Amino acid sequence: MVMGAIWLGMIFLSVCAAFWSGNTGGLTPAALDGAYSAVKLCISLAGALCLWSGLSKVMERAGLTEKLGKLMRPVFRRLFPRTSKDEIALGCLTANVSANLLGLGNAATPMGVAAVKRMRTLSGGTEATDEMCRLIVMNTASIQLLPTTVAAVRAAAGAEAPFDILPAVWLTSVCSVSAGLLAAYVFGRLRRG
Amino acid sequence: MADLLIPALMIAIAAIALAKKQDVYAALTDGGLEGLKLLVSIAPALVMLLTALQMLRASGAISLLTNWLSPVSGFLGIPAETLPLMLLRPFSGSAALAVGAELMGFYGADSLVGRTAAIMLGSTETTFYTISVYFGAAGIRKTRYAVPAALIADLTGFLMASLTAKML
Repeated sequence: MVMGAIWLGMIFLSVCAAFWSGNTGGLTPAALDGAYSAVKLCISLAGALCLWSGLSKVMERAGLTEKLGKLMRPVFRRLFPRTSKDEIALGCLTANVSANLLGLGNAATPMGVAAVKRMRTLSGGTEATDEMCRLIVMNTASIQLLPTTVAAVRAAAGAEAPFDILPAVWLTSVCSVSAGLLAAYVFGRLRRG
Repeated sequence: MADLLIPALMIAIAAIALAKKQDVYAALTDGGLEGLKLLVSIAPALVMLLTALQMLRASGAISLLTNWLSPVSGFLGIPAETLPLMLLRPFSGSAALAVGAELMGFYGADSLVGRTAAIMLGSTETTFYTISVYFGAAGIRKTRYAVPAALIADLTGFLMASLTAKML
């Protein structure tokens, strides 16, 4: 529903703007050109996406997610003191975050959902706990080590070194996760107030 | 060093998997198929969105919007061109990808706008979608401060992306 309204809004706005600028003749060619460029984008993305998804699957089956999860346990005991007392919940949590780090979106979501479900069983209510909010922030702030889809889009657009944005992406992610966690901490304190 | 990052990763991943007696090639092709399925599933959305975006670009609506917003965004240090990306990012991953790809195509992948868009895409997530999936599946009704905290993280991401793009 929302996307439908946004899409209609975009088309309507472009028709209005075309009347304003007197370039109504450019709309139809632009529409067809846009559709064409989307297919071009898909084709140029296909190779990189296929390759990377293949490598992701190898990482998953080789147990790298679990390895990374074990490495991060000390951090998790601090961030999620209550959840980490429960082995199952801690397992789901670390699997979710390490899958996110490795860019395994498909594997991350079910583990994240399982973690929130288990945390809910532990808390017993339908209200989000502080630790659930922290988990949400860690998931929505994207902490991916290799943003492969974006790199593929950059390569398709003719970037010289598609991965040269890595340091900037890491720094930005660290800042946004920290800001989110800090905000969650402050909000948690205020509400309890 | 950076030149060898991806090749070295490919070797490391395959070697570890082989050492663990995994069928590496089957995993590669299975995963590859999943990747292609994902692409096919977002392809129609990309076509619809890029059509609408190209019409907005051709009609001059995007440049009008950019001009109006440039005083505000200039004050924050964010390129005004990336505003549509920031607005759509929390709601739809494919829409944000389409806007980002259009920006990189129009301004160039290595331009400041193109880089900022790429960093924004790489360091943020589809916030509202993620929250609704996680809390919806677990039956959490009261989300308390999850939404504002996640949006603060997104906003920080957008500001930092504009800043770090200039430092590259």
